[in-house]
This record gives sequence, structure tokens and C-alpha cells, in this order.
Amino acid sequence: MTTTVPDLRPVEVCAPRLLAGWFATGAAADHAAHVARYGPVPVAAFRHRAGRAALIETVARAGLRGRGGGGFPTARKLAAVAAARGRPVVVANGCEGDPASLKDRALLEIAPHLVLDGMVLAATAVGAREAVLCLAEGGLQVARIAAALAERSGTDPVRVRVTEVPHRYVASEESALARFLTRGDARPAMTPPRPSQRGVHGRPTLVDNVETLAHLALIARYGDEWYRGCGTAGAPGTTLVTIGGAVWHPGVYEIEHGTSLASVLDEAGGPAAPARAVLVGGLGGAWLGTPFADVAFTPEDLRAAGAVGGGVAALVVLPRRACGLAETARVLRYLAAESARQCGPCMFGLPAIADDMTKLAVGGGGPAVLERLRQRLDVVRGRGACAHPDGATAVASSALRVFADDVEGHVAGAPCGSAGLRTWLPLPGVGT
Amino acid sequence: MTRSVTLRVDPTACRAHGLCAEMLPDLVRLDEWGYPIIGPEAVVAGRERDVRAAVRACPTLALRLRRSDSSC
Repeated sequence: MTTTVPDLRPVEVCAPRLLAGWFATGAAADHAAHVARYGPVPVAAFRHRAGRAALIETVARAGLRGRGGGGFPTARKLAAVAAARGRPVVVANGCEGDPASLKDRALLEIAPHLVLDGMVLAATAVGAREAVLCLAEGGLQVARIAAALAERSGTDPVRVRVTEVPHRYVASEESALARFLTRGDARPAMTPPRPSQRGVHGRPTLVDNVETLAHLALIARYGDEWYRGCGTAGAPGTTLVTIGGAVWHPGVYEIEHGTSLASVLDEAGGPAAPARAVLVGGLGGAWLGTPFADVAFTPEDLRAAGAVGGGVAALVVLPRRACGLAETARVLRYLAAESARQCGPCMFGLPAIADDMTKLAVGGGGPAVLERLRQRLDVVRGRGACAHPDGATAVASSALRVFADDVEGHVAGAPCGSAGLRTWLPLPGVGT
Repeated sequence: MTRSVTLRVDPTACRAHGLCAEMLPDLVRLDEWGYPIIGPEAVVAGRERDVRAAVRACPTLALRLRRSDSSC
């Protein structure tokens, strides 16, 4: 193998990896600091057909999976784009539309050059000459990345540019980004064809989350064995995770895959009040009830524990005194408002589901509302062009399961014990 | 040789006209908002003509036939 670059200093074997520079210096890494830590981007090692194949093979052996919420094997996407007809485009997704997640923004601010290295390497792997970094419109990261690009000007073999994408929860869905970059319309498109086959201007398009690309930048340098030297066999490496809700120090942390949820929450100072449940996977994820402390933080273990939706690495702790149904109703109202309003079952179904959950939380709806809600969840699931309605039904279904006691109480007309208390989920524009 | 096909709807194109449910009541039912719910099963032999007629009649061209052996 000639894919590992010999004269680079190894970074820490385990967490923090992506945030290693931040931990060492407390400062965002400029290009000089980045190169001093990791060495230059090793594109020369992956030139030509054999080098490109070797890079994709290394990523495959590393077992890297997408960190935007889908969890798709990155090497398979790379290989599909590399094999498709036409000159590919690389799109780095840094939009981070889910309000429960801040990790992409943190990464872009702290280690922008890891993301840019990853874009250049991914473009090299698929044979693209152009890469676009999509950022939330008006975000602080836009200026940060512009400065980072200026620092590297002329040194990369790939043209990298930044595009600001208007905020919308579903705008960072990969077909929505491809459509936005083609036609200026940031709404999901009907797939197939997937962007990997026909994306931006009809060209094969690799859409990868910015954290995924940052991991790729380290795998290209230190190899798949190094990457797998931490984490679990099924979920190697580390992951950034946003921890919020009732914890002492909400924020973005880097953890080793397989860490127990109790230890993950300890990174954030631990629960600030006895926990009732934790929302896993962002707003379209799922609630896990107690006891969740021993559940290992890997996509498989979380799914087995009931977080069936997958989703982005985010945890929101709900304290015992909060009402899970009221919080879920707020989430559903937010998701309903964020529908792209293209598909009927999403456009009409999500507000109806949100309304049912709100009635359930407020009380007084009786068993008929619960029955109607269950039916609507079944009807709406899987009927959008994108996974937006599926996320909403997943979080609603998990609430009915995890907060079954509250459901029973509310249906029976018991007053909500947490009415009038503060809310816990960060939802722009949604009241109590 | 006949290929097995399934009936699909492009949810971004559908505007709930409901002709599909009108023409294929045994294959398509409508949800409470008037949008079609179609099972994943392949169209049975002998129904291809009816199904194709419904596909042609869809005012927004949202109703499609997809070969079952194609991916996704």
C-alpha cells in the first residue's frame, strides 16, 4: 500500500481527532496551524486511476459512514459517483438544518481546513475538478470559510467554492441541494435518479456531510487501520455529537463510537436534573426512555434500543418534570411548518399529526384523538419524496411508546403536570 | 415475455385529482386529504390495460409505471 503518507505526525489515536487542534490550543486552526498538525493535504498520493481507486478502497476498509444522518457507507457513494458517466461534482453539506444539531457549524469554525481537505480528497477520488461547500445562508461560517479558502488560494488542484443555502429543514437533503445548485430551488426532488447518478446540472454528484469529509481527510493521511483503532467493529472511529436539553454544559463534543450514553452525557457535565428520556437523532429521530444509560452510542445499538429513525448525532435530555408529549407536539409543529409543501401527505398530514399531538398534550381530546393520531401516522409514513414525513412520524410514534403513561393520563383528562414550565427543545419560531 | 410492473405515484407531482382511485378502485385508495395510497405489489397480469389507461389519464402525470426489477 502506498496510500498512507509516511512523514506526518500521527494525531491522537482516539477522541478527540477532528477537534484535536482545538483541544491542544483552544483556537480555531488557521492554515499554518492545520498544516503543522496534519501536514499538507496528501493529494499527490492519490493521483491517477490507481491512486483514486486506492483512496476509495481505504475509505471502504475504514468503514466510514455518512455523518449527515443517513449513515450510508461513504466508499459506496464515492465508487458510484466515480463510476457514473460524466465529470462529477462534489458537494459538501454544511447546512445543518436540524436545530438540535450544531456540530457541523462547530467543525467548520474550529477546523475548516479538515473539511476543505476532505473536499479536495473526495474530488480527487471521484475525478471531480469542482467542489461546492453549502452553508446556511447568513451563518458565521460563511466568512470563516471564505478566510480559510483565501489562505489556501492556488494550492488545491480542485476549484472549491461556497454557496449559501436559504434555511429550510429539508434543504440539506441531498436531492434538495443538487436541485438548489442546478435551479435555485432548495426542495427535495423525487428520487431516483439519485444525485450520485444525475445531480448538479445532470452530472454525477457526491453529496457528503462536512464531518464525513473531515474524517475522510484523516483516513487519507493515517489509513484505515488507524481509523478503526477506536470505536467498535460496526461503527469505527469517533463522532461529533451535539448534546442539549437538561445537561450542565450543552455543546458539541467528540466521542468514541460505542461509548455508553451515560458517559456521553458526562462529557456535557451530566444530566442537570433526573432524566425522563433522551431525544436521539435530531428532531426527526426518536425518544429513548429510561433506563438508557448503558446503551452504546453506535447507530446499531441506538436503533436496537428504539431510536429507529437513525438521524444526526444529537442528544437532547428531557428532565422528569417536563412533558414529553408537549415537547413532541412542539417538534411536530416545527416539522409541519418546515415541510417543503410539495407532497400532499406531508403538506396536510404533518399539520394534522401535530394538531392531534397538541390536542393529546393539552388534554380533553379523549381516546378518539389518540386513535386518529395512530391512524394518521400509519397513513403518512413513507409517502413523501424525501424522508421528512418519516422523521416526523418516527418521533411521534416514539413519543406514544416512551411516554405511554402520559398518553394514558392525558387521554383520561388528567391535567398536564408540566404545563407552564419552560420548554427544552431548541425550536426557532415555535412557542409552548 | 411480459415484465412485471408496479404502480407508483410521484408525490411531488400529485395534486389529488383522484382519477386513479376512480379508475382503479381495487388498486388505489385515497387518504383523508385525497392523495392516493398504492400498495407495493406488482400489477397482476390482465390489468395492464386498465393501469396504463389510468396512467395516461392522470392530469398531472404523477401516476407512473415502474418495472419491478429496476432498483429502488
